[in-house]
Amino acid sequence: MKRDDGATMRSDDTGLLAREPGERTYLTEGTTLRSWLLSTDHKRIAILYAVSITMFFFIGGAAATVIRLELFTPKGDLVTADTYNRLFTLHGVIMVWFFLVPSIPATLGNFLLPLMIGAKDVAFPRLNLMSWYLYVIAGCFTLAALLLGGVDTGWTFYTPFSTLYSNSYVLLAAFGIFVVGFSSIATGINFIATVHLLRTKGMTWMRLPLFCWSMYATSLVMVLATPVLAMAMVLICAERLLGLPIFDPRAGGDPLLFQHLFWFYSHPAVYIMILPAMGVVSEIIACEARRRVFGYQFMVYAMLVIAVIGFLVWGHHMFVSGQSPFASMIFSFLSFVIAVPSAIKVFNWTGTLYRGTIRFSAPMLYALGFVGLFTLGGLTGLFLASIPVDVHLSDTYFVVAHFHYIMVGGSVSAFFGGLHFWWPKITGRLYSETFARSAALWLFFGFNFTFFPQFILGYLGMPRRYHEYPPEFQVWNVMSSTGAVVLAVGYLMPLFYLGYSLFYGERAPDNPHQATGLEWTTTSPPPKHNFLVFPVVRTEAYAYHDWDEAPGKADETMQDERA
Amino acid sequence: MSVAPPTPMLVEPFEQADRQHEAMVFGLWLFLATEILFFGGFFFLYAVARLQDPGGFAVGGHKANLLLGTINTVLLMSSSATLTVAERAIKAEWRRAARVAIVATLILGTAFLAVKGFEYHEDLSEHLFPTVPGFPFTAVGAIRFWSFYWLITLIHAVHLTIGLAFVARLLWLDRLGTLGPRWMVAEVTTLYWHLVDIVWLLLWPLLYLIGR
Ligand SMILES: [Cu+2]
Repeated sequence: MKRDDGATMRSDDTGLLAREPGERTYLTEGTTLRSWLLSTDHKRIAILYAVSITMFFFIGGAAATVIRLELFTPKGDLVTADTYNRLFTLHGVIMVWFFLVPSIPATLGNFLLPLMIGAKDVAFPRLNLMSWYLYVIAGCFTLAALLLGGVDTGWTFYTPFSTLYSNSYVLLAAFGIFVVGFSSIATGINFIATVHLLRTKGMTWMRLPLFCWSMYATSLVMVLATPVLAMAMVLICAERLLGLPIFDPRAGGDPLLFQHLFWFYSHPAVYIMILPAMGVVSEIIACEARRRVFGYQFMVYAMLVIAVIGFLVWGHHMFVSGQSPFASMIFSFLSFVIAVPSAIKVFNWTGTLYRGTIRFSAPMLYALGFVGLFTLGGLTGLFLASIPVDVHLSDTYFVVAHFHYIMVGGSVSAFFGGLHFWWPKITGRLYSETFARSAALWLFFGFNFTFFPQFILGYLGMPRRYHEYPPEFQVWNVMSSTGAVVLAVGYLMPLFYLGYSLFYGERAPDNPHQATGLEWTTTSPPPKHNFLVFPVVRTEAYAYHDWDEAPGKADETMQDERA
Repeated sequence: MSVAPPTPMLVEPFEQADRQHEAMVFGLWLFLATEILFFGGFFFLYAVARLQDPGGFAVGGHKANLLLGTINTVLLMSSSATLTVAERAIKAEWRRAARVAIVATLILGTAFLAVKGFEYHEDLSEHLFPTVPGFPFTAVGAIRFWSFYWLITLIHAVHLTIGLAFVARLLWLDRLGTLGPRWMVAEVTTLYWHLVDIVWLLLWPLLYLIGR
């Protein structure tokens, strides 16, 4: 099973599609544009998604760049207040729905889930392709809204501003979000059915890799939360288009109703973004510490509990919106409760590291970065979950810093970690480890440099969503904007060395990290139907060492062979 | 059922018929779960609106056209029956009976939309749209009733139209001669159609009976 000598068995010819004579992978099955755009192969759809979300990531990033430039000085001298509104709305909408929500599930999830459970494809391959087309159509609507002049409501579309007053392209953007919701519902349905029905022989539920569990939990949230967002967007369109007074208080409507519906989706959506990251990190940490995951079953239950309680905490976004104090108390309590399973996960990751033989490879650096940033983001979430503190911090930069620690520090780090970890499997090429490690460090330091000052700004009382501010806040804003430059370097570097590896990278062996997991038993890149012989599973996941053996022992012998 | 359904057509990635059957039914139920949450949001809206002004809500509801609403309920319930007959006939390979039942479903579904269109026309001629001049109510509850009425019936009609397209697809598959081996498609289409009907069955008392 462990074929470390794969690299020497193959020629080192270059070029993306250069392969051994007669070698057939999913990349060589048809090279026309048509063979990609009409492919129902989950691996190709993952690539289609990866290309499109990268594009959106840089569009959203461009908006963030202008925002940070504007905030360099206290005066609003670069853009007008109105343009600034449109910029942060654009940044939020694109980054949440067109990058973060599909990021890990639709790319790594699509590629790996069938491989990890030993299946040929997802349960509904054509639905899978349709989800990508829905994503693209939705993207076109949103980009149209942006090119025509943008939206100024913020990504939250709060009523009655979005329905009665905003003079921007709310309808187009709301419709785009409505459609992109169906793309994630399609992915969710597909993944749940895949995990239930297509596991290979011997792949019992408690042998599933944690990444598969994370995809399962994420899909549950996608399937049950997204329709409520769709419904909220329909209501906005109905009020703007038909004039039906649903949120208009003058005609008996209730503007707060929108906040309830919106956060009923958008709080669980945070877990759509973070659960996949938890899955990725569990895989990387176990492999790079050569350890069985500490408390595997607790990791599984923690994810499921997070998915369920995630539906019951939305009111913590509305402590200052005029919610009954009793409701606020319940929501505050439940928000504290949901921190418990998250803390269990952090504890178990560190437990996995304990006495492990840790390799500080690029994916591991990203994963360790994730654990630290996620912990900080999670703990500051508790500040915001307690009502008296939230009254002070609500709508300040503290909130901005908090959710960027979770979504950017957490999810994006994990996404990059996973991308590096499985890059050899996906492309069949090895990237430059030196560049990758330095990019991981740039990202970590750049991120903290950008967002830690925002905690302080928020504590000092700087409100979010303003393009100018009193001069005493400048020092922290300059820090943050400078950090953003470092962060941008961390984001741009992979584009170059990963791109380079596609054409000139060394051929990857089938299992370059000596990892367990079925995806590593097939060739790199995998053949069209994933496995030449369908695998049978006989052990638990993460069998990096025997139960009675000290962790890392088996690894020492392997490393000898490698040298 | 005593008759075994015809040998089904397998689609990737399935290799066994029963697995594929399980997956399709399961997948569709997952979709129905999203639909239930989608409509659940609207029923939540209804509950909020009605609780805030029950009196005004009932006054508004009194104007709803009970006769046309009831006719539509009968039409839709019958269409559920005919589609079930069609599904069973397809599994039993009674092609003629299946075709007749599918066409009957299409007619009943279209009749529903026609009656609904007629009802909209009636409503509009009585100015029963909250933003048109001459809207007869001022009570908050009545305004919200009619907002909800238009919203939910339009969304239901969209769902029904999509359902009609799927039922029409069955007819197309029958013409191609592959409907027998693809009876699973008929089964999940029927599931979806039933959900659309059940939603209407909930709307009928909520829209047409509460004002009486
Ligand atoms: Cu929240």
